[in-house]
Amino acid sequence: MIHQTRDAENKRASSAATSGWIPGQFFAGLLGVVVVIALLWAGFIYLRAARSASILNAIVAIIWGVGGIGALFYVSNTLIEALPQKSRDRIRPFLFFGPGVVILFLFLTIPTLITLYQSFFNNDTTRFVGLSNYIATFTDRSMLESFRNNLIWLFLGTGFCVSFGLLIAVLADRSKFESLAKAIIFMPMAISLVGASVIWRFMYAYAPADQPQIGVLNAVLTSLGLQPQSWLTLQPWNNLFLVAVLIWGSTGFAMVLFSAALKGVPGDLLEAARVDGATEVQTFFAIIIPYIQGTILTVTTTTAIGTLKIFDQVFVMTGGQYGTEVVGTEFYRQFFTNRNFGYGAAIAIVLFIAISPVLVYNLRQLQKQEGF
Amino acid sequence: MAMSQATAAGPRRNRVLNGILVNGTLALICLLWLVPLLGLLVSSFRERSDITTSGWWTVFPHKSYISAKQDQLTKGLALDKPIQVEGVSLTDDQLRAGYTLPDGRKLIWANRRARIVDVQTSQWTTKANFTTANYQAVVLGQTYTYKQSDGSTKTEVGEDMSKAFINSLTVAIPATVIPILLAAFAAYAFAWMRFPGRRPLFAMVVGLLVVPSQVALIPLLRAFSNLHVNGTYLSLWLVHTGFGLSLAIYLLYNYISGLPREILESAFIDGASPFTIFLRLILPLSVPALASFAIFQFMWVWNDYLYALIFLGSTPDTQVLTIKLANLIGSRGQDWHLLTAGAFISMILPLVVFFSLQRYFVRGLLAGSVKG
Repeated sequence: MIHQTRDAENKRASSAATSGWIPGQFFAGLLGVVVVIALLWAGFIYLRAARSASILNAIVAIIWGVGGIGALFYVSNTLIEALPQKSRDRIRPFLFFGPGVVILFLFLTIPTLITLYQSFFNNDTTRFVGLSNYIATFTDRSMLESFRNNLIWLFLGTGFCVSFGLLIAVLADRSKFESLAKAIIFMPMAISLVGASVIWRFMYAYAPADQPQIGVLNAVLTSLGLQPQSWLTLQPWNNLFLVAVLIWGSTGFAMVLFSAALKGVPGDLLEAARVDGATEVQTFFAIIIPYIQGTILTVTTTTAIGTLKIFDQVFVMTGGQYGTEVVGTEFYRQFFTNRNFGYGAAIAIVLFIAISPVLVYNLRQLQKQEGF
Repeated sequence: MAMSQATAAGPRRNRVLNGILVNGTLALICLLWLVPLLGLLVSSFRERSDITTSGWWTVFPHKSYISAKQDQLTKGLALDKPIQVEGVSLTDDQLRAGYTLPDGRKLIWANRRARIVDVQTSQWTTKANFTTANYQAVVLGQTYTYKQSDGSTKTEVGEDMSKAFINSLTVAIPATVIPILLAAFAAYAFAWMRFPGRRPLFAMVVGLLVVPSQVALIPLLRAFSNLHVNGTYLSLWLVHTGFGLSLAIYLLYNYISGLPREILESAFIDGASPFTIFLRLILPLSVPALASFAIFQFMWVWNDYLYALIFLGSTPDTQVLTIKLANLIGSRGQDWHLLTAGAFISMILPLVVFFSLQRYFVRGLLAGSVKG
């Protein structure tokens, strides 16, 4: 079967090489491209109208998405295979990376540029306002509060996730129950932040002092003879209790990456250190930490980006009230509730700028990589 | 001989001590991580009245005061004078707060108006009454009946989440499958083809990995509303495809560029076209990477809240699980019997996927970040 196709392709390749191009196949391919694009458009119209959730529509969507793209690749490949060798080789890469890159342009690159443009305009993009949206971003009281809270998220969230993750990875590495412990710590990664919000709202549940406490934290407090607290409205500490949800959810991510990195520390290096009389703590700081510093940097930046983009927990647990507003919820409020597009766009761009050092670093790393 | 044994005993004792320390700390951390989830799971099987009047941990055996008998005092007994009960003389306040006799029994009003005193003894007990009524209420939308504190019964309607579950599936499956083929073609081109613009385009892919999606949301939402796709599943399929594509390309690029060059070269020499090589060699060889991405993307889409909120909204017909659950927190925030069961319904599928395919999920995570 495979040999047959190869033979056929050999023949086709040789005939294309001699005669330049194959008009019949070319026009068949062209027709195919037109038909597939028409079918994709028809599917788009159909799916746009399909508002009921049914397994049938999901199947149609998969056929449309996967089948349509597969068919598009196939017919355009037929088309370019009919071209002379030289142009074929030149065009082929565009066929392969084209659809994916076009989608990236349409969904991320171009919208980002439009957002940048809109950030210099008023709320319905009719009047140029210069930098005033940005000035508002850095002077508005509620925005300043968001920045302060995001810094709390950034430092505490990232700090705890990374250090807990490393601690647990090191402990698990020396334990017989490694896989069980890792599965437990990692499990919250599978849970949505909305689900985690329910879980933690229940942990923080508050009842007046004379009633039975159903939240674990307040039960601990009252059993110690202290007054129960309404954790989520307790300013400014409530931010820390929201960060705890992130730590519970994301430490598993850090741990898994560290755990993999620890496995890469050469055993004879550690053995040599022990023979030389180094203590566990010395080995940890002098050998393990330097050895996995690349992973530490990756985990730190990834978690830090996550904390800057934080939205779900805050929006679901407090709605940004009681002094817990963050940039993500502020953006949502300006954009959807207040319909202030220019201001919302400026907030999004500020968020982008805050993350851009990581972007630059990643690109530098890419430059060092072989083949690039 | 004897001496070496004596010196070996020291390190061995150290090792045992270390082991206890390591496993002990690890167990403590794991417990800390499990408690929130355990509280949710246990509570979702408890009756409404039990959840609101006692902590979920009371399902475990614990010591508590249980009514042993009740003393009926004289009806209309004056409460402003010392009250004689069980051979001691107590004030009304003492009986309200509960008074512990030297023999360990506790006296407390059972019904102050009817002058009935509860004589309680401390016993091992458990509040392990479990029910599936909460799940019937959230899965089937069944009504449930519960006893109010004054003794009367009340019937309320449940919250049917089964439709939201189907909606989540409808969103998640196509949004997982569609990007894969697109990304695989592009990753192949970036890994094994040379074309002008390859470096800047791949740099764009890497850059877009960390770009916060907020910068693209405003223009996308506007474009979608011009195309009349807002509020349809199609909008979410497209958005998740667009936003997931950079990770997919990057992840698959890392894998595909690592495939042995000899295999591809020998296929070229046999005269296979790049399209054939892609279908017959690259795709089958990349199955582990494809699976890793698919699981990662599925979890991401299933747990997503922000995009669903923006593009699909909270129309009852189309809302997904995360939206439904978040709305439930808003509208019935104290109905813990519904919230706990509902949260568990929303996380059951990702948890099953996680535990059955953890290996692939971790691999996707590692490929996605360590190489960054």
